Amino acid sequence: MEAEPPLFRVWGLTKRYSGRERRGAPTVEALAGIDLEVTRGSDLALVGQSGSGKSTLARCLARLDEPTSGRVLFEGMDLRELRGPRLLRFRERVQLILQDSATALDPRLTAAAIVSEPLEVLGRGDRRERGRQARELMESVGIPAAWAARRPFELSGGQRQRLAIARALAVQPELLILDEAFAGLDASIQAQIATLLQELQARHGLTYLYVSHDLSLMALLADEVAIMFEGRIVERGDVGRIFTEPRHPHTRALIAAVASLPAPSAPPAS
Amino acid sequence: MVRLARRALHGLLLLIGVSALSFLLVELAPGDYFAEMRLDPRVSEATLRTLRSRYGLDRPLPERYLRWVASLARGELGYSFAYGQPVGPLLWPRVRNTLLLTVTATALAWMLAVPLGAWWATRRRGPVNAGLAGVTAALLALPDLVLALGLLLLALRTGWFPAGGMVSLGHEQMAWSERVGDVAAHLVLPVTALVLGILPVLVRYVRAGVADALDAPFVRAARAHGIPPRHVMFRHALPAAANPLISLFGLSLAGLLSTSLLVEVVMSWPGLGPLLLEAILARDFYLVLGPVLASTLLLVSGNLVADALLLAADPRIRAAGR
Amino acid sequence: MPALLEVRDLAVHYADGHGGPVVAVDELSLDVPPGEVVGLLGESGCGKSTLLLAILGLLPRSARVVNGSIRFRGRELLGLGEPELRGVRGAEVSIIFQDPALALNPVRRIGSQVAEVVQAHRRWSGRRCRDEALSMLAEVGFPDPVRIHDSYPHELSGGQRQRVVIAQALACRPALVLADEPTASLDSTTQAEVRGLLGALQRRLGLAMLVVSHDLGALATLARRVLVMYAGRLVEAGDSARVFGDPLHPYSRGLLQALPRAPEPGSSRERRVPSPIPGSSPDLARLPAGCAFEPRCADRLPACVDRPPRETRPADGRQVRCFKYGG
Repeated sequence: MEAEPPLFRVWGLTKRYSGRERRGAPTVEALAGIDLEVTRGSDLALVGQSGSGKSTLARCLARLDEPTSGRVLFEGMDLRELRGPRLLRFRERVQLILQDSATALDPRLTAAAIVSEPLEVLGRGDRRERGRQARELMESVGIPAAWAARRPFELSGGQRQRLAIARALAVQPELLILDEAFAGLDASIQAQIATLLQELQARHGLTYLYVSHDLSLMALLADEVAIMFEGRIVERGDVGRIFTEPRHPHTRALIAAVASLPAPSAPPAS
Repeated sequence: MVRLARRALHGLLLLIGVSALSFLLVELAPGDYFAEMRLDPRVSEATLRTLRSRYGLDRPLPERYLRWVASLARGELGYSFAYGQPVGPLLWPRVRNTLLLTVTATALAWMLAVPLGAWWATRRRGPVNAGLAGVTAALLALPDLVLALGLLLLALRTGWFPAGGMVSLGHEQMAWSERVGDVAAHLVLPVTALVLGILPVLVRYVRAGVADALDAPFVRAARAHGIPPRHVMFRHALPAAANPLISLFGLSLAGLLSTSLLVEVVMSWPGLGPLLLEAILARDFYLVLGPVLASTLLLVSGNLVADALLLAADPRIRAAGR
Repeated sequence: MPALLEVRDLAVHYADGHGGPVVAVDELSLDVPPGEVVGLLGESGCGKSTLLLAILGLLPRSARVVNGSIRFRGRELLGLGEPELRGVRGAEVSIIFQDPALALNPVRRIGSQVAEVVQAHRRWSGRRCRDEALSMLAEVGFPDPVRIHDSYPHELSGGQRQRVVIAQALACRPALVLADEPTASLDSTTQAEVRGLLGALQRRLGLAMLVVSHDLGALATLARRVLVMYAGRLVEAGDSARVFGDPLHPYSRGLLQALPRAPEPGSSRERRVPSPIPGSSPDLARLPAGCAFEPRCADRLPACVDRPPRETRPADGRQVRCFKYGG
């Protein structure tokens, strides 16, 4: 295990939005020097408030945004040098799911067509085979295969988000980046999706990178948390340690914001 | 301001482009003003050659274009062969008349469209909705030309309004107030034709925009704060719906201008339309270019006005352009 | 003391194209006493937003109140005409909506949007309404109300916008404030600020509040009494510490277990991950004949499929709607 290179290695990553991209506005430094490693099979959460740079970092890792300086290595390959078929392969292996992924589903397509579309684009299997795979994927995220003909508006918010996850899983990725993918969902649905993600991880050895403002939710999902503040990672550590011995003042502020709640008694043993 | 200046610059470039392109197109069209004379046995080849060289038609194309641009700068806009005088002085009264027609029609159309569309937006079911939907659909289906001819027929049959032209006989002898009334009476028919042509489009846009705004969460919030309905409409829904409507204002000006050229011909309104038609039929080269250029200028100014209004109406656009 | 707001046996249906009506709210009764905060806990689609809109008479056209009564200070609100309801809205009962970015008109200055609420209910001069708006902005914690007054919504942060929305809601000193997920759209540290602000204002002004949320933390800090709603009905009600500490209804218990919370030191992740409630919320157009939660319930009894359970009071001050407790 020690010999294997990390999935992602990031050095001195910065990202500035100059006056040209945001017309007239002063230059904004979204990332001010990020060093980060993401090991295979881990669950890391980037936690920070809006404007802390967490989403920009996620976009740079998914190569949807060009860093201003610094390097991002994916399995030892520089992201900037990926071209052609190797870039396509990278896009398959790293999938990004956003808060609005569920609302961005094509309303005219059926659930099965939404899930099998990436397979069709990649030219995998014939029509029958793709349909079969789509139904399997739907089942695996807890949507009955009998619903294959339903369209997004006939599904609930949680079901749509699960459909977006099924679609991302269709190309058998190795890393899922989930940027506020749970925001706006009910607690019981968040718990359902969290459980689903952990099952999938156990089955396929997936790596997760979560991005969120909600530290208590991330405590539920991730093993490790990196706290972001003003474009920097100010603290990184095991979830339990972050809560018990926060070092950075901003981490303490985030923890203080988690409303305390009396613990419910254990359910009666059945 | 920077944004407006940039749009003005775009407008200027557009004008230059249109002038060059229309010059080229008219030039490529076969024949010229003197081509018809060739068939006339009384005019000799030599006379024709002299005429053409006098008007510079024997010079190479780039030179003719540059000469025309130079005459533009002098306000002459080239020379009309048919009228035997510079185009500029012929054009200005026509521009004024066309402006009178289109500005009146634009103002009237919008003054009707906004309240009508807003009212319609508050009545999504029932007879008002069905009635307005039917009337606008019928008007949309009616070609402008049929509309104009129908109105003309109505005016001729009933004699309620003057059926053509811009002034009555003896206009020059009238007192100032009588003259205004006379022109206004002549305006009724062409303005009605123009307004009826564009009104259904505008009303439908206003209705859709206001209906969307009325469904917006901030309108529901305003109602939840007990804000009276007329304030909900005038302070919340209409300002929020204004953006696309202001952009439509620029477009509506373009639509009215092109319809106006047609209506002017049908109703013998002495605007740019009849002049353009006459010039095309006579292949009076520079006289064709004049109205084309003037129309483009009116269009560009209309869109600049819309841009300025947009800046005034939406703080977010002001912020983005700062 | 008589309740400020009394809702009795409320039922609201939505017409939908496919046959039967959608039962959004059914057999719902609740009281909000003066000066007290009542929390309403429930997930998307459980009917809580429909309830709030019904109280203000703002239900969409497709909705119909088929039964029940809503009394405010003893006065029946159902069936009141638009002008009378307008006098209640914002002046006596006001509402804070979930997303402040959507609740403010993007093309108008903040100050005019706050002053307008005052103007709608008081016969005051424009000058005086403006002054009132400024003092309201100061009251919700803006150190520089004049600057905020002259700003546009897009120039403010999410938390600042929610403060403005709170200022609008309190501008006419209503007795009752309805809050629909007041913190859900905000960053977590901003959520804490807004929770604190709402609590402080409620105590200072003696407001009664009905707070709808699925943020259990917000309810635990604000509300004395908590109601749990599932598929249009109240399934449990009681003192908030006791409902959160010892939930009776299987749905309340499942929901509380699904809630993310700070991990205990040294706990492994497997123990932290909650067991989610299996299945999903029922289709409100095709509710089962029995208890609506029965298909997802781990404690189901044979009786559960026959008819919906009745409300019982198994302990002092607690209500529950479940056959386990004699429903």
